[in-house]
Amino acid sequence: MKIEGRAHIFGENVNTDDIIAAKYLDSQDEKFLGSKCMENIDSEFPRRVDPGDILVAGRNFGCGSSREHAPISIKGCGIALVIAESFARIFYRNAINIGLPILEISDTGKIHSGDRLSVDLNTGIIVNQDRGTEYRTQKFPRFLQEIIAQGGLVPWVSARKKGDE
Amino acid sequence: MGYTIIEKILREHSASKELGDFIYVSVDFCFGNDITAPLAVKGFLDAGFDAVADPRKIGFICDHFVPARDAKAANNVMMLKAFAERFHLPHFYDIHQCGIEHVFLVERGLVQPGKLVIGADSHTCTYGGIGAASFGVGSTDLLAAMKEGKCWLKAPQTIKFVYKGTPGEWIGGKDLILHTIGKIGVDGALYKVMEFTGPVISRLGVEDRLTMCNMAIEAGGKTGVVPPDERTFAYLRRIQGERFQYTPEMADLKSDDDARYADVQEIDVSGMPPQVACPHLPSNVRPVDALDSVRVDQVVIGSCTNGRISDLRIAASVLQGRKIKPEVRVVILPGSHSVYAQAEREGLLKSFVDAGCIVSPPTCGSCLGGHAGILDKGEVALATTNRNFIGRMGDPESFVYLSGPAVAAASALTGKITHPERIM
Repeated sequence: MKIEGRAHIFGENVNTDDIIAAKYLDSQDEKFLGSKCMENIDSEFPRRVDPGDILVAGRNFGCGSSREHAPISIKGCGIALVIAESFARIFYRNAINIGLPILEISDTGKIHSGDRLSVDLNTGIIVNQDRGTEYRTQKFPRFLQEIIAQGGLVPWVSARKKGDE
Repeated sequence: MGYTIIEKILREHSASKELGDFIYVSVDFCFGNDITAPLAVKGFLDAGFDAVADPRKIGFICDHFVPARDAKAANNVMMLKAFAERFHLPHFYDIHQCGIEHVFLVERGLVQPGKLVIGADSHTCTYGGIGAASFGVGSTDLLAAMKEGKCWLKAPQTIKFVYKGTPGEWIGGKDLILHTIGKIGVDGALYKVMEFTGPVISRLGVEDRLTMCNMAIEAGGKTGVVPPDERTFAYLRRIQGERFQYTPEMADLKSDDDARYADVQEIDVSGMPPQVACPHLPSNVRPVDALDSVRVDQVVIGSCTNGRISDLRIAASVLQGRKIKPEVRVVILPGSHSVYAQAEREGLLKSFVDAGCIVSPPTCGSCLGGHAGILDKGEVALATTNRNFIGRMGDPESFVYLSGPAVAAASALTGKITHPERIM
């Protein structure tokens, strides 16, 4: 699967309260949550996103709470992929579980706001078309590839047969 | 090669009794609250699942936006209640039956040493304080565990923290964990278990251990754990009563001498002053005296971090017979109903009210900016809670400092961040 979009840049330790403020957690609506994405730190963000754009951040993206509303709101505002230097663990599993693509590279600092990125999720190769640079990402462990290939944990669970371990 | 306590519990719960990189483990108890469980319930029903793996191993604890702050919050509680009725789940608790999940579930005996617990709430790591392997997960993980009784986990590495020295009079678990997060940073334990050990931990009360494990997530940790000891078992006998399922194997719940650690860090607590985390990260930690010019508008004492009876006793010991600074709004958030009742029996609630505090029903309340004490632009809070991110307690231009209950109570009296020894 290929994703092409413009980069939106965020810093280190973007936490789940930044991504979606707690007051909105009574909603389960992807579009509504998307409209409030990043409100506390960049209230215009959802309006700048074109469907298919890519969120690029530094270390420890998604730290803080377990709220799955965070990756849902990112999906809901049109972001197709998150690239970060590292992800907080619950955000990482939530993204995999709901089928929001994520990739880790060691240095996101050379990607700039508005850069056009093209990403091949199968090979894990990211090309910055505006700067002519290329990044290779670590492949996901096989177990996670299975969940990703199914599109998330619910389809993975649904596809499991009785007796599977 | 030996194993750490968490590795032992994970092996015990995996089908192969081995630890691969990824393990699909059976779960002894899974739960969610009134903001995370509705997503799980919705996903469960949307997927067309028509049975749960084991109704006794699922809990819904309504504690975040309740007593319902508005109709939407009320509707989320009703959604959980209807699901619990349909699938005959015995562990549905509305706010008047529980309190904050991480305080309540320990009291209720739904978590036990050596058990594997997952919760759709990041502070599920709290239960390491009694020697459980407990992991915060998302709503879809909860959904899958309700359906399958299982959860996928990456086998974690462990960092061992050894606390030595003699802690000062006003030092509690909160100071130890804030100091530790300040030292290693908000991703210093990313994906790793934080195992708390050493002579200081052996002498530390179980409620302070729960406070430490509660904030392991604030260093990115997968969970925190204190191997259980006689102090743990005595505590559980006291608060769980007959629900405590003691087995002789519990005494063996410890890490082997030759267990492998990713790192071992020694921390000498002698002479350490009370610790305060400044906006806007829990790792932004300073000694209390460095902040004595910081004015506060609101003080919050309680939460899943510091809302247990020992926390309220410390706060009451500072506030008793004194008056809070009139312009400071002080909200007490008892961790559970039984903590509330115990505080009433001991006269702590009277001390709070006489001093000028508001005593809230047990709820997560203002900790996550839900309700019951939201900050306006420019307002400053000192809270015994766990996070001080931008906008955590209200307006994005408000400020949250984090401390233990003694510093919070002392600061309520002066209106500025204050070392309790200045009062007592």
